[in-house]
Amino acid sequence: MPPVFKEGKDDKMESDCRNSSATLVDLKGITKAFPGVLANNNIDLHLSRGEVVALLGENGAGKSSLMNILCGLYRPDSGEIHIRGEKVEINSPRDAANLGIGMVHQNFMLVETMTVAENIVLGLSDLPFLPDFKEIKNRIKELSSLYNLYVNVDDYIWQLSVGEQQKVEILKLLYRDVDILILDEPTAVLTPQESQDLNKVIKRLKQGGKGAIFITHKMDEVFSFADRVMVLRRGELVADKVISGTNPKDLANLMVGREILFRLEKKNASPGKEILKLCEVSCLDNRGLPALRSLSLNIRSGEILGIAGVAGNGQTELAEVITGLRRIKSGSLLINSLDISNCQPLTIIKSGVSHIPEDRISQGVVGDLSVAHNLAMKTYRDKPLTLAGILNPSRILERARVLIESFKIKTPSPLTRVKFLSGGNIQKTILAREIDSCKSLLIAAYPSRGLDVGATEGVRKELLSQRDQGKAVLLISEDLEELISVADRIAVLFNGEIVGEIPSSEASVERLGLLMTGVRE
Amino acid sequence: MVLYFEKRKALSKRVLVIVPIVSFLISLILTGILLLFFHTDPIATYRAMFKGAFGNFHALTETLVKATPLMLTGLGVALAFKLKFWNIGAEGQLTLGGVASAWMALFLGRSIPSPFLLPAVILAGVIAGALWAGVPALLKASLKVDETLTTLMLNYVAILFSEHLYYGPWRDPKGYGFPGTAPFPPAAWLPRFAGRAHIGLFFALFLALLLWFLLKRSRWGFELGILGNNPEAARHQGIPVARDLILAVLFSGALCGLAGACEVTGISRRLQQGLSLGYGYSAIIVAWMAQLNPLATVFVSILLAGLLVGGDQVQMTMGLPSSMGLVLQGMILFPLLAGNLFSEYRLRFRRDSSRLISFWRRERG
Repeated sequence: MPPVFKEGKDDKMESDCRNSSATLVDLKGITKAFPGVLANNNIDLHLSRGEVVALLGENGAGKSSLMNILCGLYRPDSGEIHIRGEKVEINSPRDAANLGIGMVHQNFMLVETMTVAENIVLGLSDLPFLPDFKEIKNRIKELSSLYNLYVNVDDYIWQLSVGEQQKVEILKLLYRDVDILILDEPTAVLTPQESQDLNKVIKRLKQGGKGAIFITHKMDEVFSFADRVMVLRRGELVADKVISGTNPKDLANLMVGREILFRLEKKNASPGKEILKLCEVSCLDNRGLPALRSLSLNIRSGEILGIAGVAGNGQTELAEVITGLRRIKSGSLLINSLDISNCQPLTIIKSGVSHIPEDRISQGVVGDLSVAHNLAMKTYRDKPLTLAGILNPSRILERARVLIESFKIKTPSPLTRVKFLSGGNIQKTILAREIDSCKSLLIAAYPSRGLDVGATEGVRKELLSQRDQGKAVLLISEDLEELISVADRIAVLFNGEIVGEIPSSEASVERLGLLMTGVRE
Repeated sequence: MVLYFEKRKALSKRVLVIVPIVSFLISLILTGILLLFFHTDPIATYRAMFKGAFGNFHALTETLVKATPLMLTGLGVALAFKLKFWNIGAEGQLTLGGVASAWMALFLGRSIPSPFLLPAVILAGVIAGALWAGVPALLKASLKVDETLTTLMLNYVAILFSEHLYYGPWRDPKGYGFPGTAPFPPAAWLPRFAGRAHIGLFFALFLALLLWFLLKRSRWGFELGILGNNPEAARHQGIPVARDLILAVLFSGALCGLAGACEVTGISRRLQQGLSLGYGYSAIIVAWMAQLNPLATVFVSILLAGLLVGGDQVQMTMGLPSSMGLVLQGMILFPLLAGNLFSEYRLRFRRDSSRLISFWRRERG
């Protein structure tokens, strides 16, 4: 068995926090194997009252498996679970709930057509036949003010923003007297402002004597939320450190087991001819409200234009307009000087546009098809993959093997269904397909969202290499560091308009942040 | 002992084959229990059914007679189901196919030279079936109207319309009041090769192969695979979603219409009451049991046709209701639908004396 390093926690401190009344969770020697993978190998985890533990690791490091064991979704092959000092068996999520353990999943488990209050009490085992909603709402309001979780209890879930929905999920747990909260990548879907709010909530939870474990791959999250960080790598616990005794660089190294380049090597851009041009483009969103307002921009070959902005300011619609998925109300759209306003998506794809969509599972791949078929989804139309309308399976497989190799997609075989891959490898599959078929313009919407450090670096390098090969790249991202390090120019989108455009050499997080909140320079 | 489900790491292909077979066996057991209530020996009944369906040359040809429309409608339904277009209107598309064929044979029979009459008659049925399925497809593609309702309701429209025709304006004046049209001219008869078994069977076999090839190897089939599993991703890949869907459903309806055309030209040689024995509904069972695979559809439809023919036989030999075959058919569907769970999950046992509960274990991510 490989050695497990535990650092940064001396014996004295250990005896302090292992005092039984303060102990919430003690996992001892948890091991869980799946066919072909050791998801967790002999893992110990300790959580005290008022403590926040970050579980840091790459995609597939075993973070989710470990938490699913704590939630009763999986059973460990060996090892013991102690809750508040007592040895327990957790056989189901209901058992976990009875023990005061609750999880906020990455994709929320809320019923859109029901109100906040209804969602919070939904599934309670002791709910009377006719619930007293007045009392329920009062209790929710109490909890809201206690933990800084303000939401209108009578609103329907579909009316709420993602950040508000997350608050409802947390309230749901608090309503059940959960004091062991598990958060799965809580800020992945939040705007910077919402993340700050969440941070306040977590501080309140700590003061209230609750303990939290959160799964993450974001370094800044670890340092702003956690007291202690546990690093997992390929199922092994490689470090368990108090935050004050570590730094981002060390943790990143422990996580991937190699040195990470936080700064990307980047050559100066040498822009060529204009590839994409938007002139005063306006469009509506799904609710029929203006999403883009007379927006103009252009990208030349060999340069990356970054689009910054708080989510929901027109980014989604911008990508959809350029790819032909959304109709333009007024204005014009030119690719390689050809007017393609309101052309079919296929026409636009044929003019050389590739698109890495925002939602990789629902828009980017077909889960039930093989990796090879997913990789062929752009190139299947023409030779050499198709001849006279008939596919050539061996060519498709051959092409897939090449792409799997060059993009380092981890898959058991090219014939494996995509839904069995991890999130990072699904993204790599999309990236491989879109880059392989890209002829002049690459649109990348949140390409590194939810990816681990290693995969993120890979994505960014790939975008730069596309630029250096003379393609125009439109990079839509929430990650300001990513925009500054990858893009050549950054345009800030606010309320459907570009409120400022700055060369990335002059950009700073502060300056962009100001523009993103609509403060014009 | 605790039983629980665990998600598989990869899809099990073996399960796709085992589940329909086990479902069939479970259906035999459940129906067997039912037979015991009739004070009948299940084993003897099944033996009689088997003999009645496959035991001699005549039985075999009768089974093939019934397998033909099941195969064609089964293929049609499977194609639509692949796209998650729940076409339960095969019965109506079959009926209208029969009506259109009858119209061509009875009213244009004289103006079309005989060698061309049969192809024209069959083509009329195919087109009618396609158009009848095209209505719900168009409504779904343009207005998002739910196709389960429209296809089902159009069944009644088609069936009642055909009844109106053979009871009313198209009734054979020399038919002694029998509900049916006059017989078709012999040039519009589908050739038979053994007993009542007609060459419609070869159409069905050929189309099963063709459909298998199209889905597996053609560019269009590739698009349908994407479209059926994730229409949103299809849109992002520039696939003409509405066009592909409508085309596929037209094809689906055409197969059902062909089933109707073959029935009227091959079996009854006129449009009459009892055109379909619920083939269009049994087609749903055929499609599911074949796991939507065109080649498997061939075998499944022969098996289910055997149940129908065998059911008729036990009525005569054992005095049981002939619907026994239909009961068996229906009983297959329940374990089948439940059983498909096992392609993505597997059942595991664990020694545990504390409690006896089964849990859903869902793995995320």
